[in-house]
Amino acid sequence: MVDFGGWDMPVAYGSQIEEHHAVRRAAGVFDVSHMGIVDLRGARCRDFLRGLLANDVGRLNQAGKALYSCMLDEQGGVLDDLIVYYLDDDFFRLVVNAGTRDKDLAWIGSRAAAYGVALHERRDLAMLAIQGPQARERSAALLTAEAAWSVLELQPFFGAQIGQWLVARTGYTGEDGFEIMLPTAEAVSVWRRLNAAGVRSCGLGARDTLRLEAGMNLYGNDMNEQTNPLESGLAWTVAFDPPDRAFIGRAALEAIRARGPQFRQVGLVLDERAVLRSHQRVLVPGVGEGWVTSGTYSPTLERSIGLARVPVSTGMSVQVEVRGRAMPARVVRVPFVRHGKALISLV
Amino acid sequence: MSNIPQDLKFTSSHEWVKQLGDGITEFGISDHAQHALGDLVFVELPDIGRALKVGESCAVVESVKAASDVYAPLSGTVVAVNDQLRHTPELINRDPYGGGWLVRLRPAAPAAAPALMSASEYALHTAQD
Repeated sequence: MVDFGGWDMPVAYGSQIEEHHAVRRAAGVFDVSHMGIVDLRGARCRDFLRGLLANDVGRLNQAGKALYSCMLDEQGGVLDDLIVYYLDDDFFRLVVNAGTRDKDLAWIGSRAAAYGVALHERRDLAMLAIQGPQARERSAALLTAEAAWSVLELQPFFGAQIGQWLVARTGYTGEDGFEIMLPTAEAVSVWRRLNAAGVRSCGLGARDTLRLEAGMNLYGNDMNEQTNPLESGLAWTVAFDPPDRAFIGRAALEAIRARGPQFRQVGLVLDERAVLRSHQRVLVPGVGEGWVTSGTYSPTLERSIGLARVPVSTGMSVQVEVRGRAMPARVVRVPFVRHGKALISLV
Repeated sequence: MSNIPQDLKFTSSHEWVKQLGDGITEFGISDHAQHALGDLVFVELPDIGRALKVGESCAVVESVKAASDVYAPLSGTVVAVNDQLRHTPELINRDPYGGGWLVRLRPAAPAAAPALMSASEYALHTAQD
């Protein structure tokens, strides 16, 4: 067990690598109840969120639709990354990181009142992520026929309210699946029924190797308040259009865009028998230096992969200082793995 | 509870030591150590013929979580290494005291063997970890 944002969480229930493969090949379930769930209610919710978030909630025009976004400070630093669900015109739900929850609540709360938006943290809800090629089918088997029908119809990045549950076709693994928010009292029995249906219990360790293979950032590692989304591989989440939408951090990001970012995020593959770890130095001959922001062993690719922040003019190969030795690493486009398949060449 | 075989000796840095007869000593990492490291993915082993000094870093075991040095539990010359670990490092997780052995060496001075822990001493040591 490890402390994770104040929660005692298992790194693995058994073998972390076997848990990883279960998600790539069949289905696994993660307890992600440490994530903060915050409901926002009020007639001006949408206006409020369009100013609060770097991605544009105005794009959410169908109930149940979800959006991934950064929440920035005025300097363009990333306060958190989150998912926002549009549930009704006066009802949105945010899912934020555990380690940033208190900071987020203070930041959001101090700005919500001006819009007449009320915050309600849902500490009464647990959250389970069921992920893998068989995850949706096996999860739906726990529901009534009618509810199963509606969740199996969900398009990616949509959620459906089923009684007190919110079932969303989202995740952090690069596989299909659901994330389910449900009353805490029901979570243990649902977990056991999933286990009985052949869904393997998975810990934080597999969650990290899966998200990294999927090329997904981890807050605190790959971006934080000292970095902006344009230099953290998250430019795709910043909606500069329409140009008149004034969101927090916009002016700072436009200034960075105008002068040109100094760094960019890249994927790295190490073909030597060693493992990339965060904070290792990345040497780019003739260009400069960067550093590994996340690194691990990829069970699917059977070699080490990582994300790194490097000077923008970095080419296709770099060296990484691993345990005192400079080792050649390849610069690749992420994701490394998607839907169980390697997306990079293995030499 | 980790498995601590009664017939082995141990170091405070979690290596186990076994006398094979013929004056050869085998060592690896304990069940406690493999469990703390988690799934092993790479192992670096010393060259055969290398002379090791007690306490010297002589191998690296790397898991998904972390890389860890392995220290020679006694001085001697490497006579064999477990080459199977280069492709199946998970043998250390599955069978740390058997198929997961790391190095065999011929001790430099059998009479001057360093003070290793007994199984019961090691059990106390790991309980304090």
